Amino acid sequence: MSIFDEQPESQWVGDEAGPIVRPYVLTRGRTEPSRGRFDLITLVVTIRQVSSREPGLDPECLAIVRLCLQAQSVAEIAAHTNLPAGTVRVLLSDLLDQGFIAMQEPHSETDMHDERLYRAVLDGLRAL
Amino acid sequence: MDSVRSSRDAGRVKLPKAIKILVAGGFGAGKTTLVGAVSEIEPLRTEETLSDRGIGVDDLSGVETKQTTTVAMDFGRITIGDDYRLYLFGTPGQERFWFLWDELALGALGAVVLADTRRLADCFPSLDYFERRETPFIVAVNCFDGARRYELDEVRLGLTLHEDIPIVLCDARQRESGKEVLITLVEHAMRMRLGTTSRPSGAEPPTGQTAAR
Repeated sequence: MSIFDEQPESQWVGDEAGPIVRPYVLTRGRTEPSRGRFDLITLVVTIRQVSSREPGLDPECLAIVRLCLQAQSVAEIAAHTNLPAGTVRVLLSDLLDQGFIAMQEPHSETDMHDERLYRAVLDGLRAL
Repeated sequence: MDSVRSSRDAGRVKLPKAIKILVAGGFGAGKTTLVGAVSEIEPLRTEETLSDRGIGVDDLSGVETKQTTTVAMDFGRITIGDDYRLYLFGTPGQERFWFLWDELALGALGAVVLADTRRLADCFPSLDYFERRETPFIVAVNCFDGARRYELDEVRLGLTLHEDIPIVLCDARQRESGKEVLITLVEHAMRMRLGTTSRPSGAEPPTGQTAAR
């Protein structure tokens, strides 16, 4: 049952390992972020610059921190880093804990009763 | 990379408010085409790796090892000034991924259901879903080349669509047409949510229209 049980190595490499293993290696097996909901449209922005040799930052996290110098949604981060959104959520919660990023979760459905929002969106769409 | 942001700004960064609109419809109805026509970026694709989150929908009960499935969604973006950012998501069409729809539909401004008159029934599941969930939606009939043109009333009848729900013709490839579709949706969502024409939920349509046939 445990992943630490001995397994023939062949099951963990190449096609047999499947495309699913790697994302969870990046998250060290975690499938849920430690905090934050990280909806697909949660916006993320980098608030702490990093050097390329920041100790303890995986290349993927470094890529996210760089990408988010301009605010990006979780969906965009996932698309640009070629990682599943679930993996990105876990990495983002780490980056949040480490103070690299700030985020804005979208508001709930109750927020959809703000007339200004509709007016602004309509004006914006008409101006496209 | 643009300006360097100092860490003093931490927590004070003003981020726009993100809004999502869903684009649903059967396979090949033109979801990604519509997203691409209005998006300011090339449509991007994101993948959700679904594991035990899907329990209860995909029957995984008793399955010890984690089952995973990957579902892809295409999406685009429209920036509205400094304050808002609109994201358009093409919903994954397969019925078995509806638990993912729930996550997508949560907090969505509304949905566009794209109908293809050659395969009208393909959009029934989307209509059912948004009706049940009370997500504001409109129907956009994508006018494919070579498809027989129907009157909108005919399509409305075919879909047994409530008269309050807007139905429009569109060409999903055209930006102007896509814009009109979105404007129709936002106006409809505003009416529904802000209640200018709303009636108590569950109320019957005002007229005694009988179902066709």
